[in-house]
Amino acid sequence: MIKKNTPQERRIILKHADDPKYSNKIGCYLKNNGYSMLKKAFKMKPEEIGEEVLKSGVRGRGGAGFPAGMKWKFLDRKSGKPIYLICNADESEPGTFKDRQIMHKDPHQLIEGMMIAAYAIGAKQAFIYIRAEFFKGAHILEEAIAEAKEKNFCGDKILGSSYSCDLVVHRGAGAYICGEETGLIESLEGKRPNPRIKPPYFPAVLGLYQCPTIVNNVETLCNVKHVLEIGGEEFAKIGKPNNTGTRIWCVSGQVQKPGYYEFECGALTLGEMIYDVCGGLLPGRTLKAVIPGGSSSKILRADERFSGKLKDGSDFDWGIEDIPLDFDGPASVGSMSGSGGIIIMDDTVDMVEAMANINAFYAHESCGQCTPCREGSLWMKKITKRMCEGDARHEDADLLLSVANQIEGRTICAFGEAAAWPTQSFIAKFRNEFEEKAKNGKNKPSLQLI
Amino acid sequence: MELSKETLTKIEEVIPRYPEKRSAALMVIHLVQDELGFISDETCSWIAEKLEIEPINIKELITFYPMLRETPWAKKHIRVCRTLPCALRGSYGTCKILEDKLGVKEGHVREDGEFSIEFMECLADCGEGPVVMVGEDTYENIEGKNAESFADLLVQEKLDTSKDFTSYENGLVSKSPVSKPTKKK
Repeated sequence: MIKKNTPQERRIILKHADDPKYSNKIGCYLKNNGYSMLKKAFKMKPEEIGEEVLKSGVRGRGGAGFPAGMKWKFLDRKSGKPIYLICNADESEPGTFKDRQIMHKDPHQLIEGMMIAAYAIGAKQAFIYIRAEFFKGAHILEEAIAEAKEKNFCGDKILGSSYSCDLVVHRGAGAYICGEETGLIESLEGKRPNPRIKPPYFPAVLGLYQCPTIVNNVETLCNVKHVLEIGGEEFAKIGKPNNTGTRIWCVSGQVQKPGYYEFECGALTLGEMIYDVCGGLLPGRTLKAVIPGGSSSKILRADERFSGKLKDGSDFDWGIEDIPLDFDGPASVGSMSGSGGIIIMDDTVDMVEAMANINAFYAHESCGQCTPCREGSLWMKKITKRMCEGDARHEDADLLLSVANQIEGRTICAFGEAAAWPTQSFIAKFRNEFEEKAKNGKNKPSLQLI
Repeated sequence: MELSKETLTKIEEVIPRYPEKRSAALMVIHLVQDELGFISDETCSWIAEKLEIEPINIKELITFYPMLRETPWAKKHIRVCRTLPCALRGSYGTCKILEDKLGVKEGHVREDGEFSIEFMECLADCGEGPVVMVGEDTYENIEGKNAESFADLLVQEKLDTSKDFTSYENGLVSKSPVSKPTKKK
């Protein structure tokens, strides 16, 4: 039998990141043709750049997967108010660790992407909102911005043009909700990050200081640079239609080689990622479940069959290993690719414990603004924790489901869904384990998760 | 409340970066907290006055954001990641080992003020879990035997940021050209 070739990474965003000879200093970036796309951008009209980004089909890499070019199109240019650009570098979805690679190892790539985007949308000022746990990342970005300013790539009269745009690093303070774009904006205004309701507060219309604002993820903004380099139409040929470009997948949990891997969208399946790229499971273990897009995304059971119709009308019938890694693959099996954080769980995992771990996260991170989320997330944590402590009741699965169902769709922001989806999917896929807990009392799992 | 000249200069430098002073709140709080270790009511009022807002506008931030403090952590503050990807790699065990060896429970400060431990939510380095931070430095794959020797090095004050269990990022921050190769996968 001929062994299938291991899928090969295609590194566009992380092209240089792990080259031992590469540094995060501007000299090295310039030697590698850095800032040449900014120069190219300044020879174009801002709206031409927007057109290229639209043509490229590049979708947001932060979690929602909304087309970036479309987001820019929604910008209210008629208000006469200043326009702001914000890079969402809060990277807080459990299982995600891609943006940190870019910011620590190749900060100038982000700065170049941001200044191109800023020029394209006509931003008066740009901010990088970085999570506070990235102490080094903030230092590195500050230094890189100082270097870029010295060379006139950002700040006053960029590249001798009449366009000026300052770039400021802003540190968060450990709150997951700051990754939600309207919460992030509140936080940047110096307030508690309570998200705003949409409508009317679409950032592109009423964002920072009630001015039109674009919020894009780190990886998305880096892609802007590559869209200019490759050209919108050519970029759209990378990956698959509606799933263009590469994605940096972050694999964590119980595999031999967890890590970050950049592939063209749709270039490999979940099975190839687990067994070929990540070296398979730990010795003697079997696959039990996968969370495909950060802890908010719905869990997939290893022995499920998924069938239905794809967007192009064709039928599919997949096992978990057949799911293509792109935006639409995980979505078509009822989950999502989210932020690209793939969490692998093997047969040693007690699913009630894993659930309790996730629930503790959402209970800790709910901003508390909406009652269903504030109270519901806490109750889901309390119930699952009690179950793990040997006091499970046979009605717990239904109770959890009823709490989750009362959060979903009843909150200002998508955190409500992010907190409800794990519980809904864990109960749907692993109800037997929740019911077993009530029958057997406290069984001893091999791994402690709560 | 006394702040060093350096911190005061940084504060003056940070405020005008923003179109509105209030936006500088988190950055100013970070600068003050980095020096004093926590934000007292007196400090709240001082920051509020600087930013031309009310003390409650600062207090509401201190009481919301997990990394802002009303009481100080210890000299060496240890953050252990608790969230699922690290937990799947054994972070609950790691936290227990650190608690035992450092002689302090998570969420607490040791009586002599030397060590404090915080079992934190996702530190966004899930591929190298369990992840532990000591102050601003990140350490990776701190599990089982590794966690034991990591804790021993910490107690003996022999933990070397340049080599022991260190994350790639610790080598990237210096002003000099980076020569340290990044960890190969």
